[in-house]
Amino acid sequence: MTFGYLLRRLAAVLLVLFIVTFAVFAITMILPGNAAIMILGEYGTPESVAALERQLGLDRPWYVQYADWVGGVLRGDLGQSLRLSLPVSEVVGQAFWNSAVLAVTALVAVTVIAIPLGVVAAIRRGTAADLVIGLFAYIGASMPEFVTATLLLVFLAGPATGLLPAGGFVAPGESFAGFVSHVLLPAGTLGLILTAHISRQVRSEMSDVLASDYIRAARLKGLRERRVIRRHALPNSLAPAVAVISLDIGYLLGGIIVVEEIFAWPGLGRLLIYALENRDLPVIQAVTLLLATVYALSNLIADIVIALLDPRVRYA
Amino acid sequence: MPEILRSPTGIAGAVLLSLVAVAVLAGSFVAPYDPQAFHPATRLTGPSAAHWLGTDQFGRDLLSRLLNGAPSTIGFGLGATLLGVGAGTVIGVIAGTAGGWVDSVIMRVLDGLLAVPELLFTLLIVTILGGGMGQAMLAVALAFTPGMARIARSSVLSIRTREYVLAAVARGEPGCYIVLREVLPNALGPIIVEATIRVSFAIMIGATLGFLGLGAQPPSTEWGLMVAEGRQFMFRNPWVVAVPGVAIALAALGFNLFGDALRDSLDPRRSVRG
Repeated sequence: MTFGYLLRRLAAVLLVLFIVTFAVFAITMILPGNAAIMILGEYGTPESVAALERQLGLDRPWYVQYADWVGGVLRGDLGQSLRLSLPVSEVVGQAFWNSAVLAVTALVAVTVIAIPLGVVAAIRRGTAADLVIGLFAYIGASMPEFVTATLLLVFLAGPATGLLPAGGFVAPGESFAGFVSHVLLPAGTLGLILTAHISRQVRSEMSDVLASDYIRAARLKGLRERRVIRRHALPNSLAPAVAVISLDIGYLLGGIIVVEEIFAWPGLGRLLIYALENRDLPVIQAVTLLLATVYALSNLIADIVIALLDPRVRYA
Repeated sequence: MPEILRSPTGIAGAVLLSLVAVAVLAGSFVAPYDPQAFHPATRLTGPSAAHWLGTDQFGRDLLSRLLNGAPSTIGFGLGATLLGVGAGTVIGVIAGTAGGWVDSVIMRVLDGLLAVPELLFTLLIVTILGGGMGQAMLAVALAFTPGMARIARSSVLSIRTREYVLAAVARGEPGCYIVLREVLPNALGPIIVEATIRVSFAIMIGATLGFLGLGAQPPSTEWGLMVAEGRQFMFRNPWVVAVPGVAIALAALGFNLFGDALRDSLDPRRSVRG
């Protein structure tokens, strides 16, 4: 890994995030009905709305508001939530950790399940195992999160079975068993579509690799099949898998919005929907920027991992 | 085209898509009941001879509602994809053929937009535009545009230096002619494949927006909205949510399978290894 490669990638991420701040700000500026109108509701007179706008700083020109916001973000000050009367960093911070716990649980489970599934499907190509994994992958990739979530709820959280709670959140530190029972359904919902996607990608890469000349050479050399797969085939199919996982983090971050709303998980997604409904601009801006930052950083980490796995990328 | 039908993926996709097409085109004519008619005596029933897929909380026939909602659900997916692919292709072709600083600026802006997860982007735009079918369609189209533009651009870049394009340049053909007659038709393959697979995403996102109350509005029979309305009663009659939910999944599955088969048939390297 060259230092220059890292630096170039880091600069690209910073540029992207700068563009994101601009896009996010532009979108929130053209949202109809500002927070002053939302707070005062039907009782607001034009005078009281104007007064509140002044108080909240909404009457300043957009570039002043933008500079103010970006300056604040750089100092770690995300402003004040317009609806919750709390600092945004406090509201968003707590939600961020709750979301992170959910997303990481889902991602770890997916990685542990999907890669072996893909490998098995590739090794046993054309067998019943491959067919079943392939079918599962297609079905998983065709179910929107809200459908998976609803069906899981019906079958696992209904009064008939009542195996798992239908929603809510228990911190892992508070009661680990409680946390596990609450995280199973949302993480399972998020995991299904990702497992489908990643296992399919791993199968396809692994199939390509298994058909290549160097695997033929390794076999002709008399290596045992297990060694051929572990030492020769697997490492070369992992770089594309990492690339897919990093792209899938985008799905995951979109998916948590719906999943948290359905399972009443107090994370960023649920906060975002609340903020959108209430025109709480500082919260919308902070959540969007945060999700975009996480996505960009995870892509950066993935690029680094890929470069470590595949020397060809480093020198490209 | 018949080559697609040789793979099991292609056959399965084609069968599912034919079913979807029948539901969209003939659904409201063959529906056994009025999709909005209440039948108070048969509320929340499972499948029976009278109601093949059961009834919802007002005793409305689920099969009829499903068939009636097919055009809006599938039409949404097709419409949003078409708009997004159209806009994305135009931007991608401009970036790919112009090159230089135009390309750089367009690509940086696209990178910025792609850094926002697709569903989040869609939610932000829907909130700006206000809920409703048309607004939601526009939002999904806008969210698809950056990704499609990127694919169109890379497709154009790979064609731009081919001999037949260089020959057209050497012949002194006008730029418009080269782009429209030489580059675009040959760059279309990857764009069509991506578009087919994206229809399934668009159907899923459209249904998700309907589910969140940001897309189709009651009394529409859009499938995502049907799931949302049935949720309150799902423990008493799982069919209320399972019927529209599975229908969404099957429609998305059809486009997924067909798109994959299409890609395999266009890419000889892939079709060889099956």
